Amino acid sequence: MAETLTQQPVARPPKRKKERRFTWKQIKDQRQLIWMSVPLTLYIMLFAYYPVWGWTMAFQNYRPNKSFGEQEWVGFKQFHFLFTDDNFIRVLRNTVAMGFINLVLGFVTAIILALLLNEIRKVLWKRVVQTISYLPHFLSWIIVTGIVATSLSINDGIVNIVLMKLHIINEPILWLSEGKYFWGIVGASHVWKEVGWNTIIYLAAIASIDPALYEAAEIDGANRYKKMQYVTLPGIKGTVVILLIMSIGHILEAGFEVQYLLGNGLVVDWAETIDIFVLKYGLAQGNYSLATAGGIFKTVVSITMLLLANGVAKRLGEERLL
Amino acid sequence: MDNRQISPQPNAGIKYRKNSGIGRLEPFLFTTFNTVFMICLVIVTLYPFLNTIAVSFNVGNDTIRGGIYLWPREWTTQNYKAIFASGYVYDAFFISVARTLISTLLNIFLTTMLAYTLSRKDYVFRKVITVIFVLTMYFNAGLIPNYFLIKDLHLLNTFWVYVVPSMISAFNLIVIRTYILTLPEALIESAKIDGAGDFKIFWRVIFPLCKPVLATIALFVAVGAWNAWFDAFIYTSSRQHLSTLQYELMKLISSTMNSNANPSVAHGSGMTAESARDMVTPISIRAAITVVASVPILLVYPFLQKYFVVGLNVGSVKE
Repeated sequence: MAETLTQQPVARPPKRKKERRFTWKQIKDQRQLIWMSVPLTLYIMLFAYYPVWGWTMAFQNYRPNKSFGEQEWVGFKQFHFLFTDDNFIRVLRNTVAMGFINLVLGFVTAIILALLLNEIRKVLWKRVVQTISYLPHFLSWIIVTGIVATSLSINDGIVNIVLMKLHIINEPILWLSEGKYFWGIVGASHVWKEVGWNTIIYLAAIASIDPALYEAAEIDGANRYKKMQYVTLPGIKGTVVILLIMSIGHILEAGFEVQYLLGNGLVVDWAETIDIFVLKYGLAQGNYSLATAGGIFKTVVSITMLLLANGVAKRLGEERLL
Repeated sequence: MDNRQISPQPNAGIKYRKNSGIGRLEPFLFTTFNTVFMICLVIVTLYPFLNTIAVSFNVGNDTIRGGIYLWPREWTTQNYKAIFASGYVYDAFFISVARTLISTLLNIFLTTMLAYTLSRKDYVFRKVITVIFVLTMYFNAGLIPNYFLIKDLHLLNTFWVYVVPSMISAFNLIVIRTYILTLPEALIESAKIDGAGDFKIFWRVIFPLCKPVLATIALFVAVGAWNAWFDAFIYTSSRQHLSTLQYELMKLISSTMNSNANPSVAHGSGMTAESARDMVTPISIRAAITVVASVPILLVYPFLQKYFVVGLNVGSVKE
């Protein structure tokens, strides 16, 4: 503003008038709209923006009984501690690995299921399959992890029973007691819960593809698979990219509920994620500063990845989110 | 999903008619494979749930012997009687219903009201407020700062901690706003000419017209509120009378799951003496609570199915 002032003092008044899109009269005319929206905006500022102030805790040696002015400032000590702590490195590995497994499994299974659902000709049968496949999405993770634990249990768990009947294994496996199975179990649980639900968006995208493209492909002699490859998949590419961007931004958020609920002392090295780490150090042990530092790290990485993915999508000429 | 979306290839059968043997056989093989695959999917999805229902109606001590699959062996309703006889599940059920109802009503009303103001193109604060809300989708202060905020607001160990922090979601806001923008502008204009203020236009004209999108959003909010347990775990865990159904279930599952992962711990730990007398076990109690906690939502969602895609419209998030 100051620069504009010195450079072109003459041009200032009209420019300023242009910048000011509203007048007091408008505000008076729109007072109902203001009453309907501004209090809610203040509400969201309080609940979403104000807590960010708490991030200062990560740069302090925070003690709850001291006032803000009395806190001891320690700079990046907490972050330094995090990245030299074997515990945190392991937690980070678990979070990224499970986030990545969930991302890949989630996308691949949902797209395949959408393609297969799209091939069903009988409307009623398709409707029934869809309705049933949505069901687990509406169950809480509490219920789903309860179901997973029951299915995998050694006494009477259906997974062990089926695998034994098929002679794939000779004796029941303690699935939830061994770290090497844990990531796979979490990935499979996600697929079981969300695969049907995730097809909705792809089926909508497939439905919006111009039928003339399929007719043209048919005239050119394309069979079912060629049409999938050259018409359906390119047709849903935009949707896939948008969803991928959203998921990449949330890759570090892939883990709290499942891991917390399915994890136990025996698999803790494979099950603990950043969120569980924050919970454990923060609320359980009272090390608020360290826990907040972990939380900040997660948020910053998430936003960075989201922006990166968005930029890559822009380069590739795809639709973007931001 | 809509019927007309279903078949983009109306002439799929025709193209193979003059092909060789494999060409003629292929559609049949594919359809068979696809049908078998879908049947497997249905079984894998439904079996665990049907099994839970069967266990919930089976006598507790009998379930431990194993071999309950899709139908109870020794039929009983004792498990359900036991959970509702014990006051704490009854209270938790009530709290869950209350928080779900209040959250859903408040969310729908406030979000639609805000969405209406943000759909008015001449509204002076439209841009600013939209940006403020959209940004909240991309960051979160995190567990600890949020906990301190709740504590400072004296919401700890109160019922309102279930409702107040999540009254508006930016995602739902954008979805509803996008929907309002598709409504004919003339409706609002004519209401204005009749002398209606903005609130009246919102409440009398816009709100009723938003039913299709609100049906989905209401379902999403209700499911979220009904299934939430973390807030009970973090904010109200020291008040038994504020516990929710999902949190009660969580406590029960973690006690039985430890006995699963570690076979040396005997079954039957973790429940009260009262339940031992009633011949119910943690496993059958857990099954009964699972059914109670999931049936209300499962009864509702199939009827709203055709609206789901409206609420999931990601394209509309672009701002």
